[in-house]
Amino acid sequence: MAIPAIAVENLGKRYTIGVAPPSQSTFRDAVAGVVSAPWRRFRQLAGHDDHLGEFWALRQVGFSVPTGQVVGIVGPNGAGKSTLLKILSRITPPTEGFADLHGRVSSLLEVGTGFHPELSGRENIFLNGAILGMFRAEIRKKFDAIVAFAELEQFIDTPVKRYSSGMFVRLAFSVAAHLEPEILIVDEVLSVGDLHFRNKCLGRMHDLHSEGRPVLFVRHDLTSIRQLCSRALMLNGGRVVEDGTADEVTRAYERLYRDPAHKGAGARDRVNAPATYHLRRVELRNKSGATTEEFEAGEVMEIHLWSSGPAPENSYTAEFKLHDSEGEVISFGSANPVRSTYYRADQQHFTCRLGPLPLTEGAYSFTFTVRVWNTLAWDIWETAIGFEIVKCDLFGTGHGISNVHNGDFVIPQEWLAGD
Amino acid sequence: MLSPLSRTLRIEPPHSWQILNLRELWEYRELLFFFVWRDVKVRYKQTVLGALWAVIQPVATTVLFTIFFGRLGGLSKQVNGPYALHVFVGLLPWTFFANGVALAGNSMVGSSHLISKVYFPRLLIPAASVVSGLVDFAVSFLVLLALMAWYGVAPTPRILTLPIFLAGAVLSATGAGVMLAALTVTYRDFRYAIAFMMQLWMFATPVLYPIEIIPPEWRLLYALNPMVGVITGFRTAVLGGPFAIDLILVSAVASLALLAIGVSYFLQVERRFADII
Repeated sequence: MAIPAIAVENLGKRYTIGVAPPSQSTFRDAVAGVVSAPWRRFRQLAGHDDHLGEFWALRQVGFSVPTGQVVGIVGPNGAGKSTLLKILSRITPPTEGFADLHGRVSSLLEVGTGFHPELSGRENIFLNGAILGMFRAEIRKKFDAIVAFAELEQFIDTPVKRYSSGMFVRLAFSVAAHLEPEILIVDEVLSVGDLHFRNKCLGRMHDLHSEGRPVLFVRHDLTSIRQLCSRALMLNGGRVVEDGTADEVTRAYERLYRDPAHKGAGARDRVNAPATYHLRRVELRNKSGATTEEFEAGEVMEIHLWSSGPAPENSYTAEFKLHDSEGEVISFGSANPVRSTYYRADQQHFTCRLGPLPLTEGAYSFTFTVRVWNTLAWDIWETAIGFEIVKCDLFGTGHGISNVHNGDFVIPQEWLAGD
Repeated sequence: MLSPLSRTLRIEPPHSWQILNLRELWEYRELLFFFVWRDVKVRYKQTVLGALWAVIQPVATTVLFTIFFGRLGGLSKQVNGPYALHVFVGLLPWTFFANGVALAGNSMVGSSHLISKVYFPRLLIPAASVVSGLVDFAVSFLVLLALMAWYGVAPTPRILTLPIFLAGAVLSATGAGVMLAALTVTYRDFRYAIAFMMQLWMFATPVLYPIEIIPPEWRLLYALNPMVGVITGFRTAVLGGPFAIDLILVSAVASLALLAIGVSYFLQVERRFADII
């Protein structure tokens, strides 16, 4: 039986997070606080602070990747994807468990790591190559290929600080694309750069794969996961929640963003609510006042929010963030300062009339926040509720626009003859 | 393609005691070279005078010290031969050491971007800062030769021992620099303390004054400062006279101890760097 290229077992990573120390109420306490502050700071920096909370960014993660498999990793923000890649790249150590890597590893958590703006393109190729683990002889051998791939022959002796951002990215990619690792670990790096060049890089990754090298990579863009990967893992809350073919897992991921809505059909009560002041219920209503999870583009949506009790302060605001099906924030709104609505502390039910919705067909979700603007949030309800735009035909032509390949928004448009 | 790096690597929680992985350091020697090369290239880019700064700094300091400490402070009477030459010979290794420690001390924080994105033995960063100072040292060494010609001081065969003392300066700077680099990552206070520390340290080192003004019974204790042995040895190698073997040995041991402590402290915190930087 072949040894897997990557074997991960029971991997976990715990971070300690700061919690504010109790506030001082008297002048004497305040003075004592100032005097003892350096000592508290010292204990905290040295990792002994008693006021620290902890959380597991990754817990009990286990999987193995045989040679020659391309595995995509998906999951919402904060699911532990980056932490996993950082551990496998040896940037941060795990707290428990282990990972065995069999072969020379190259990890690309970013392109152009270590590029120095004052140095020329030529010099940066050598520097960056060395940082990524290439030997000098190897870089020299591939130098011409790297320059040609980046299409930067004329500018190779120009300091990188004079490059346009596109040139910079091209050079950085080219160096990375010429690595010959036995195991390649790639974070969301291919999402920059122009389309032509991006495809060139994806092609290059395909070649690596056909040479039988395992690749592990994180992407938000589900289409390229389906194209490139034979298998995918979904992380959520620091654990592997799905492991299967790229198709299965990406579909499960899309469901994750729609799921809350399916359960309540346009209404949802908070589960696992914090003990403090929080948002407890949300409803999405259409123009006829019915709760629903299905809307059409051009419709006006009414969002109803209920809080758990009187707010801690007057003049507060409620905010939403709108996510697309991949979890990216695509829009934002708030009672204030976006509009000038200030809620009184005893206001426990509020409404946002949103629309006409300029969205393309697909799944979306909301995150809600309540607070006094510019201060710490009292409560954040992450991906509280989802909804679906079932029809996007703003101009009544019978032709719908879906959010696959077409973006999330439609802009009102008129097409005329040119003269 | 199987490179020497190709073997099974186990990633585990850090052990309570990290051991210096010399084999890995050796495998990454080219990266050390590239870091040094980058530092040297970048240091004088976009400066008008370029490497002349490596000359101006010690020369100007020597002139100042000669006027204030030599003439006004009366130290020149305590010294055999020209005071300016005495000071310059002391300043040469001292400047290398002080710059090396300061650069190394700040190097980790300055490279936080690299540290959070790519793996390599972190020790290379402060080490490269120290080693890159050798280029400046070489330039100012040429000035020393010119000064010696000016004052009519001929080098003796002793000058062949110079590399030993230079190595001593490299080891001491690496020890102190690596230690401060690790401390600075955890406690940024050290950023502000380093310049001040180096000033105090200079006065505890026979840069401006000859070692003779220290009472003989205190000298061995004094030599626990590793730079004492380096600078007295350096001076003897260039200007002649008998080597103070006992002081040099004490300093050598102190310097190795400093290096061992510095490196082992660095390794203790190394794996936490990415989380706290």
